[in-house]
Amino acid sequence: MTEFAAVRFTVPKHLRVMVASDAKPDGVAVMKPDSSALEVKGLTKRFDRLAVDSLDLTIHAGEFYALVGPNGAGKTTTLRMVAGLLRPDGGAVSIFGIDALQSPVAAKQVMAWVSDEPMIYDKLTPLEYLEFVAGLWGIAPSVSQPVAQDLLESLGLAPHRHERCEGFSKGMRQKVALAGALVHDPRLIILDEPLTGLDAVSARHVKGLLGMRVRAGCTVIMTTHILEVAERMADRIGVIASGRLVAEGTLTELRQQNGHADTSLEDLFIALVTLPEAA
Amino acid sequence: MSSATALSWFARHELRLAWREWFAMMTGGRRKRTRAAIIGLICFAALLHLPAWAVIGRFADLRLPLDKSTLIVISATIFLAWTLMLSQAIESVTRVFYARADLDLIMSSPATLANLFSVRIAAIALSVTAIAVLFSTPFIDVLVIGGGARWLAAFGVVVAMGLSAAAIAIAVTILLFRLIGPARTRLIAQILAAIIGAGFVIALQVAAIMSYGTLSRFTILTSGTVAAHAPDIDSIWWGPARAVMGDSEALLLLLALALVLLGSVMAMFSHRFADTAIDAAPYGIPGSRRAKERPFRTGSRQQALRRKEFSLLWRDPWLISQTLMQLLYLVPPALLLWRNFADSSAALTLITPVIVMAAGQLAGGLAWLTISGEDAPDLVATAPLTPSGVIRAKIEVVLIAITVIFCPLVAALAFASPYQAAVSAAAIIVSAASATAIQLWFRVQARRSQFRRRQTSSRLATFAEAFSSIGWAASAALLLALPIAGLICGLITASLVAITWKFSPRREP
Ligand SMILES: Nc1ncnc2c1ncn2[C@@H]1O[C@H](COP(=O)(O)OP(=O)(O)OP(=O)(O)O)[C@@H](O)[C@H]1O
Ligand SMILES: [Mg+2]
Repeated sequence: MTEFAAVRFTVPKHLRVMVASDAKPDGVAVMKPDSSALEVKGLTKRFDRLAVDSLDLTIHAGEFYALVGPNGAGKTTTLRMVAGLLRPDGGAVSIFGIDALQSPVAAKQVMAWVSDEPMIYDKLTPLEYLEFVAGLWGIAPSVSQPVAQDLLESLGLAPHRHERCEGFSKGMRQKVALAGALVHDPRLIILDEPLTGLDAVSARHVKGLLGMRVRAGCTVIMTTHILEVAERMADRIGVIASGRLVAEGTLTELRQQNGHADTSLEDLFIALVTLPEAA
Repeated sequence: MSSATALSWFARHELRLAWREWFAMMTGGRRKRTRAAIIGLICFAALLHLPAWAVIGRFADLRLPLDKSTLIVISATIFLAWTLMLSQAIESVTRVFYARADLDLIMSSPATLANLFSVRIAAIALSVTAIAVLFSTPFIDVLVIGGGARWLAAFGVVVAMGLSAAAIAIAVTILLFRLIGPARTRLIAQILAAIIGAGFVIALQVAAIMSYGTLSRFTILTSGTVAAHAPDIDSIWWGPARAVMGDSEALLLLLALALVLLGSVMAMFSHRFADTAIDAAPYGIPGSRRAKERPFRTGSRQQALRRKEFSLLWRDPWLISQTLMQLLYLVPPALLLWRNFADSSAALTLITPVIVMAAGQLAGGLAWLTISGEDAPDLVATAPLTPSGVIRAKIEVVLIAITVIFCPLVAALAFASPYQAAVSAAAIIVSAASATAIQLWFRVQARRSQFRRRQTSSRLATFAEAFSSIGWAASAALLLALPIAGLICGLITASLVAITWKFSPRREP
């Protein structure tokens, strides 16, 4: 969290209001007081080979969690199952106490998913896109419109808000998709490599936005290949290899478990992910 | 590498690309299907000889010299074929401009761009001509078998037509670029291709209806009025017609003219081709369309989804050009309707199948765009809506659009014949619903921009969609003329749709 101590962001008023008045979805079990934001138990998915191997994962509310691991480790597959995009072969997913496999609609109401490939509509403007997303999540226009304007402003898209997205660069598309994920004020944000393709300034903005959300009580899970980002931003880091969680904890804990106090995350990572293959 | 070897290498590369594009279109991108595709193609070509025989078999005995009205009919046929080629050529030129991803590579190579683009223009001309030759082969075969080898000259005419059509298409497209910019050219070129393709037939029909009240294309051409206005028998205008009949002087002249035309287009435009391609390459519309500031709208989640679908459909160039085409095809029957307003002529019945067919086709395209062509599937899938709610909203969009487009036509029909209007309306609904259902059963996840290639993803769906709209159109027409036959035809079509459903891929719930 060192970076956010340095960069001072203030939580805008409307956000605080929205967090406070966060409506519970209808007809869903009330969450337990000490509940985790996400609880995954025995999650399994098999394509040709086992992609995710009875994975257990618990992420606390208000936590910034980074999932790292080598290519093909099963990070995207895990998160897609959590987001309800992929049906698991086995296991359970619970989001704020809501069984995501039993009541997917209620679970989706409180979370947002940002894919590693930004998918937006070429023929819509960023503002129209955000209007559509807010409409899908059933947010009142009086709430969503100022939020949308703010988001576009803080992501540097304000000058382009009335242009169709077809002329946008990859990074700009990524930002529009990210704004879409934030516009309905989700309590759990799941991001798959959100920083690839962003310039340094935009990456800083995105990190700032996410950090601000976390401080406003939101939970963030993201995968990343930039270990420095995981090191600096995440409260806890999970290392996944061959579909299994091989290590988890704060940076200090990871260091204590697997080496010396001054080992870099990179060395730790390499030691951890090469371990299961050697075994 | 000398420049000559570089050029021949590039020509080979171009031809290979063209061949692969075409081949992928035939086989759906699957290598295993190669043999099936070849056998299918041969069967199709053999089958084409039958309609070719029916249409032009009786002309095989024609010999020079010809009288004026025969010259008119032959020239008109040649011109019609040429406009179709031109329409095809405009299509493939825009495709090369906008879709080839190799421009960066070519631009960054040390080769002389003007030369490379000359080769590319020649390759376009060659592929347009090759396709034209391919499609005209059954017709010319029939003539050669029936009337002797002198008809082989017709191949020469087809080649000249293909080359000149390609040359003009390239010139038109590049001029459009200069005049209205790359962003609008794509849409305008598509619409232009559609209108040119359909325009000539429709113009003839309209003229025929206005003067004779029938839909036959040839009536007007063989009438005395046209003959009186046409040039003399030995005028140069009849060159193409004479070349087809085996006049070698006319044929050579024609081929020379086509080559000169292509050569001058290459000379004039190959250096512009590079700039044009650069303009077209990066994006569609660079920030030119600006929407107005307006407040966000309220409504349910389904409403938000429907609104998005409508905006996207409204902004879809394919859809606009298609709808325009359909409307163009509806002009002749509408004119007929207007002329025969009072008397319940049998010709009036013709309108119903045309409308029903158009509705089925349009619904199929719309359903693909809304259901399969979802550009942000992850977003919609992670939204708090049930999957069936999403599908329902999308189907509603298709049916609402069809209703809005076809309501005025049915209403106009109701003034002339309420019974026919009722039958047409019912058939439109059934036909649109069948096409939508087929697209739903065979839905895939695709990008909207892949629309033109949608046929390759499932041949079965494509054929089923075509058969169902033809079947419902025929049922409606028969129902008006001979109710019992209409019922039988309807039952057959319904079971066809049911069989298609049986063959559709199963999905997890
Ligand atoms: N749709 C699919 N069909 C078949 N196999 C798949 C599919 N999606 C993923 N896999 C396989 O599952 C495994 C895990 O893939 P996944 O995309 O989850 O990896 P990842 O950790 O996200 O990798 P990366 O860091 O490269 O994004 C890989 O072996 C991959 O080949
Ligand atoms: Mg991944």
